[in-house]
Amino acid sequence: MQNALFHWSFAIPEIWVLAMACVVLLVDVFVGERQRDVAYVLSIFTLLAAMALTWSQMGQTGFAFFGQFHLDPFTSIASFFVELLSLLVLSYSRKYLLRRSLYRGEVFVLLLFALLGALILISGANLLILYLGLELLALSQYALVAFQRGNLRATEAGLKYFILGALASALLLYGMSLLYGLTGTLDLHQIAIALVNVGSANYLLMLAVVFLVAGIAFKFGAAPFHMWLPDAYQGAPTPVTLFMSSVPKIAIFALFLRILVDGGYGSIEIWRQLFVALVVVSLVIGNVVAIAQTNLKRMLAYSTVGNMGFLALGIVAGTQNGLASAFFYAVVYAFMATAAFGLIVYLSREGFEAEEISDLRGLVRTRPWAAFLLLIIMFSLAGVPPTIGFYAKLAVFQALIEAHFIWLAVFGVLMAVVGAFYYLRVLKVALFDAPAEDLAYGADDPLAASVLTVNSLALLILGIVPGALVAFCYHALQGVL
Amino acid sequence: MMLTTTILFYVFSAILLVSALLVITARNPVYSALYLVLAFFNAAALFLLLGAEFLGLILILVYVGAVMVLFLFVVMMLDINLERLKEGFLRYLPLGLAIAIVGVLEMVAVFWTAPIGRVPAPGPIPANADNTRALGELLYTHYLYPFEIAAVILLVAIIAAIALTLRRRPDTKSQAVGKQVAVAVRERLRMVDLRGPKP
Amino acid sequence: MHDLVNAAWWPPVWALIKIIIVLIPLLLGVAYLTLAERKVIGYIQIRLGPNRVGFRGMLQPIADALKLLFKEVLIPSTANRFLFLAAPVLAFVPAMLVWAAVPFGPGVAISNMNAGLLYVLAIAGLGVYGIIIAGWASNSKYAFLGAMRAAAQLVAYEIAMGFALVGVLMLAQTLNLSKIVEAQAGGGFWSWYWLPLFPFFLVYFISGVAETNRAPFDVAEGESEIVAGFHVEYSGMGFALFFLAEYANMIFISILTTVLFLGGWYPPFNVAPFTWVPGLIWLLLKTAFLLYVFLWIRATFPRYRYDQIMRLGWKVFIPITIAWIVVVGIALETPLRAILR
Repeated sequence: MQNALFHWSFAIPEIWVLAMACVVLLVDVFVGERQRDVAYVLSIFTLLAAMALTWSQMGQTGFAFFGQFHLDPFTSIASFFVELLSLLVLSYSRKYLLRRSLYRGEVFVLLLFALLGALILISGANLLILYLGLELLALSQYALVAFQRGNLRATEAGLKYFILGALASALLLYGMSLLYGLTGTLDLHQIAIALVNVGSANYLLMLAVVFLVAGIAFKFGAAPFHMWLPDAYQGAPTPVTLFMSSVPKIAIFALFLRILVDGGYGSIEIWRQLFVALVVVSLVIGNVVAIAQTNLKRMLAYSTVGNMGFLALGIVAGTQNGLASAFFYAVVYAFMATAAFGLIVYLSREGFEAEEISDLRGLVRTRPWAAFLLLIIMFSLAGVPPTIGFYAKLAVFQALIEAHFIWLAVFGVLMAVVGAFYYLRVLKVALFDAPAEDLAYGADDPLAASVLTVNSLALLILGIVPGALVAFCYHALQGVL
Repeated sequence: MMLTTTILFYVFSAILLVSALLVITARNPVYSALYLVLAFFNAAALFLLLGAEFLGLILILVYVGAVMVLFLFVVMMLDINLERLKEGFLRYLPLGLAIAIVGVLEMVAVFWTAPIGRVPAPGPIPANADNTRALGELLYTHYLYPFEIAAVILLVAIIAAIALTLRRRPDTKSQAVGKQVAVAVRERLRMVDLRGPKP
Repeated sequence: MHDLVNAAWWPPVWALIKIIIVLIPLLLGVAYLTLAERKVIGYIQIRLGPNRVGFRGMLQPIADALKLLFKEVLIPSTANRFLFLAAPVLAFVPAMLVWAAVPFGPGVAISNMNAGLLYVLAIAGLGVYGIIIAGWASNSKYAFLGAMRAAAQLVAYEIAMGFALVGVLMLAQTLNLSKIVEAQAGGGFWSWYWLPLFPFFLVYFISGVAETNRAPFDVAEGESEIVAGFHVEYSGMGFALFFLAEYANMIFISILTTVLFLGGWYPPFNVAPFTWVPGLIWLLLKTAFLLYVFLWIRATFPRYRYDQIMRLGWKVFIPITIAWIVVVGIALETPLRAILR
């Protein structure tokens, strides 16, 4: 059945990841307990090869599978980033998983399937595809969160995440069905054409967009739809948290971009107002509630809420520049979160998660290099120059001011200052408090150590010479409008 | 012929609606499950009336033949306290009704404004239309991509369910068929010379 | 005559006549299958079997039927009355309904429907409701255990069965049972589907034995462990209906295996003496042979343990069928296609 509209070769990275996930699953069954490294190395190889395949597609554009698959610069670049992030997740977590008898083939397989879901989301050009990709991503994550079955908190986190995630999917689906009812098509480009006639004053369109934005905000973890986030982050095994805080952020940004920009840019006047509200609430809740946290993972969860607020500032701007800055922010945030959770994974050992802020007391005395990396990571999260986090915030504010949202920009800057407080508090504990006697860090995984070093130093070095990354991310959004 | 079809349509729809209502009002969960089977059956009959024999039969095959059997399997083994389940019914009724009304209004609004309400009636079905083949061709060409993704989602669901529930219990006894087959005579049978000393 | 065929009341009446033409011999066949079973198993065990009623026991089934008809229908006092009485009917009706699609010759069936194979598979799966409901409504431990076993067993084997049929579909390219037989025409027994689809043939027939709850898969009855399983509380006509359903299903599985894998009404050699025999006779001969295999299996194998049944279904049959679907799929993309289709 060779059809000119098929172009299945555009989807080679997706096909590769799917095929290899099945191979890993089977190999793991037959190789069994003794040789778990086989599955691990195979997964790493899968990700490396996927990155190469995606890279080789850079610059190609077009549609595949009868217009359901969209290959454009954004697809290639965002896919490349999620594959790289998945690779980081895997390389951070080998020892952690080994120590907690989580070093099992299913973990790698579910991770690969979650990545596949993200890839499908990124390249989707049809409401049906976007929904299916989202479900694949989410389903794999629910299972990963609850994977430690004996752990009560993990089970609770998994259940909460599952129920609220299902609610979010339902909201999104409701919005999609209304959009379908309005336009009579699932194809995003035909929706865009159909919306020209509908006009943004249509109250059904408003209803659809409200549902869509609520669903997306749920998945982003933007306040007031963030209730699942702290529990899920805290309860999940840290490598899973690591994954949840990085890959889905880019994937959900893609979901937003596909539905509300590729398809629903005609309704920008509606969703922009909704995102303004989300920004305000997220910035306040994210940055203020984080101050009260004593658990590092929980604090970083609220930091996610706040950062999603900053990201949404770029969305509010709504211009070419604004969307590009939001994508840039999503990428930068994903790498910062990877480094932060990677550090927690690195420091943990059996029976000790290194997840309380007080667990970091006097880190500089016992582990000076880790303390230095923590310094870079926290500075970057707080947006202190010359780290990349600073450039990300700067780009968002610039775009916002260009779009004449001065007061929102001022509010954002104020909240960034509030946010800096709790990041610096972590540093204060790590650098100036006396080390506790009874603390012994794991910190013995050379692979995680080197990856952590590269990841953290990259935050600094890219902050000093941000040009290439900025250009790369901005190129991705070329021509979306 | 037309009249027969119409009468059958109303008969099947009526049974479908009544049994669907009974699914939620029946006092006994086993009855609820059985009414649901009846509802599926009538839905399948409606599909058949529309000439969609593939959908109708697949509905019976998958839902009635497999899903509901498992459902009954579980429901029959549970000891469900119905009084406790019904406790919140009146309390949640207003909210449920409100949501239902909103849903109905929204659907009416969509049908009112959108092109869906103005889709032309389908033409007569050609004499030797084979909707199984037509569905197959659509599903494996035009909708191949979502079809495959849906399959992957089901695969993930299987993996997740097994990974989250499979408990390896070392103390249970089970057969190792491979070992049984590979067993040699020597390991089971010992030849003993029973001839005693000569008298 | 022309007016007769065009009259509005004729189609339903004609359908009714067809149904009677099929069902009366079927029920007679069921009656004599029970006799054949007792005789065959008797000879296998070096006994004579029933030989008192009529010539060599030929009237035994009639006597059995009369006895069951006049027995009292007992309803246990704690049973769910309505479902208890409905269960035998629910087992019996699907066993009769499936015959609507069975072809007895080229295009000769009560209803020569397009999706016949799917219809047969869908309706055959419904019989288990009778068993489950009987087990539950009896309100008895043994009956309930039998029902649970039947449910789990059905789900396990129906998947393998469905996959086996997918193979037939891939070669025949149609769901119409009559056309499936016609697709097997050609030389002789070597052009029937049992040869290229040998694993499916075995899996389908064995799953058929499991689906009908026949020995060695009769754990739902399992008289030595759970007395008589799901029908332990039944007597008289209720019991008779379960029996009728079981034997009708046996005949049905045999005839369907013949249709799908053994060339239906085609003779084994396409040469003179064989082609003189009418197709219907061939069809019935092959069916009778498979029925004999049913009995032979029952007389030969001890009952499987429950976990062994589950393992066979899930871990052996399903992987085999999936693997062979792939093999057939690949073969159809090679020059072999010309031979297979």
